[in-house]
Amino acid sequence: MMKVIEGSHAVAHAVMCCRPDVISAYPITPQTHIVEHLSQLVADGKLNTEFLTVDSEFSALSSLVGASVVGARCYSSTTSQGLALMWEVLYNSSGLRLPLVMTVANRALGAPLNIWNDQQDSVGARDSGWIQLYAENVQEAVDMTPQAYKIAEDPDILLPVMVCMDGFILTHVYEPVYLLEQDKVDSYLPPYRPAVVLDTANPKTFGAFVDPSKFTEYRYMQWDAQIRAKQKIVDAALDFQKIFGRYYGGLIDTYHAEDAEIMIVTMGSVIGTIRDCIDSMRAEGIKVGLTKIRSYRPFPAEALQKALKDASVIAVIEKDTTVGNQSALLTDLKAALYNSKLRMPVLGFTAGLGGRDITVTDIRKMVEISSRAKDGVAESDYQFLDLKKELL
Amino acid sequence: MKEIRFHGRGGQGAVTAAEMIAIAAYEDGRYSQAFPAFGVERRGAPVMAFARIADDPIRIRSQIYEPDYVVVQDVTLLDVVDVASGLKGTGKIIINTDRQPSALNLNTKAEVVAIDATKIAMETLGRPIVNTTMLGAFCGSTGEIKLESLNKALMTKFSGELANKNLLAIKTAFERVSK
Repeated sequence: MMKVIEGSHAVAHAVMCCRPDVISAYPITPQTHIVEHLSQLVADGKLNTEFLTVDSEFSALSSLVGASVVGARCYSSTTSQGLALMWEVLYNSSGLRLPLVMTVANRALGAPLNIWNDQQDSVGARDSGWIQLYAENVQEAVDMTPQAYKIAEDPDILLPVMVCMDGFILTHVYEPVYLLEQDKVDSYLPPYRPAVVLDTANPKTFGAFVDPSKFTEYRYMQWDAQIRAKQKIVDAALDFQKIFGRYYGGLIDTYHAEDAEIMIVTMGSVIGTIRDCIDSMRAEGIKVGLTKIRSYRPFPAEALQKALKDASVIAVIEKDTTVGNQSALLTDLKAALYNSKLRMPVLGFTAGLGGRDITVTDIRKMVEISSRAKDGVAESDYQFLDLKKELL
Repeated sequence: MKEIRFHGRGGQGAVTAAEMIAIAAYEDGRYSQAFPAFGVERRGAPVMAFARIADDPIRIRSQIYEPDYVVVQDVTLLDVVDVASGLKGTGKIIINTDRQPSALNLNTKAEVVAIDATKIAMETLGRPIVNTTMLGAFCGSTGEIKLESLNKALMTKFSGELANKNLLAIKTAFERVSK
């Protein structure tokens, strides 16, 4: 059934349909409405789960580590400073190969203190071993939730997954959404039955000390599982399409990419605005297209090499920066192209930090700069697109 | 696509009003989107909320800079916010005031609709909460959403006696501006 609903409530409903055994979370803007609504669903008797109210995000994720090793399907949600406080447990949970699912309501990291949207928080956790999926709209954030469990709990993968959705822009928007049907989710997502669990009747050790003779092999197996997850992410999207009829691409998606001279690469909710811009610029004869990143970790290097091969210039726009270098998606993409034969200019644009609105004017400006680079006019290959120089 | 910007003060229900427009437009069989301007929520501080209505799915997510309609819930905002900023000349601005439109000195070519929503709200709700009254005025003066759809949207947010009072507030304002 489609209805106009707040993004956070739609995601909470999707989580409910995944039948989590344990939810543990600490409220933080702009994630609050998700866990608030889950708590309400538990209080209303609609969701049968162990809902843990804890003292911090560190405790939220730590308690899920304990629940997951005994075989529980687990869920949490956080953002920004809350995700930062989870840092140690992010690495522990992925290293322990626990298939947790967590919605990150993307928000800036302080200082300066800022509650608004950008993607610095989850992008900063890109090396923590979690799979990271980025949603374009509320429907995709909803649909990614069972997909995330499917990928995470695959016996060949066993890695935690973050479903990243832009804070406020997607968590607080009201728009028409197809709510998931319980019977369809049940047929898509089987119960979680891990082969190895913590069991007092059959004692095992989880999280044991590993010395230099074996540590590299553990890390390698984790790395290898992320690489193998690429195919699983594609499969999870296709399986979802068979049951629900909705599809957003696998690792990436493209829009007007066929003959695009200027290719925009990005992830998250700004894609909607970019699609509208592409339609109007196409009508003016500008050959611009979009490549959307759905999976940032694992990084879809091969899919990108294929999707970008005919472009004359690539414009990467993202809501983060790597202080001391360039931005994260940009440098990842350039690394993926370096040992390929592709040698078009790749320009990077940081925008939308701390909730600054990314407008149609910003997108057009980016395309104009990229168009000049295509024609051989050298400009800075990395810039803050919406910088107010008068404030510096 | 029609774009609507709400101006209010924290606690006046501007965000809820935008959400109800989105729900009502969907009831009418159209696509819709509503979102707040994400301010730091403080009672009394100037706030904005946005709504879009279209015949096709809505993809754009930037804020609204050139609205077709502006709804101003509190006339004292005119002293601190350029409420008519970017308003299309073909559009309408609906203002809660007991003054005449010409007395407001608004810098716009758009039609100015003045309605004493505070008075209607006091008479129907007994409280100066004007968001539903202003929705009745929006519905009556623009015709962008059907009255019965607005009433349905209201019932998703209110129930019982409070819902009945708000339905009366909507109806009163709707009839006032539809004359």
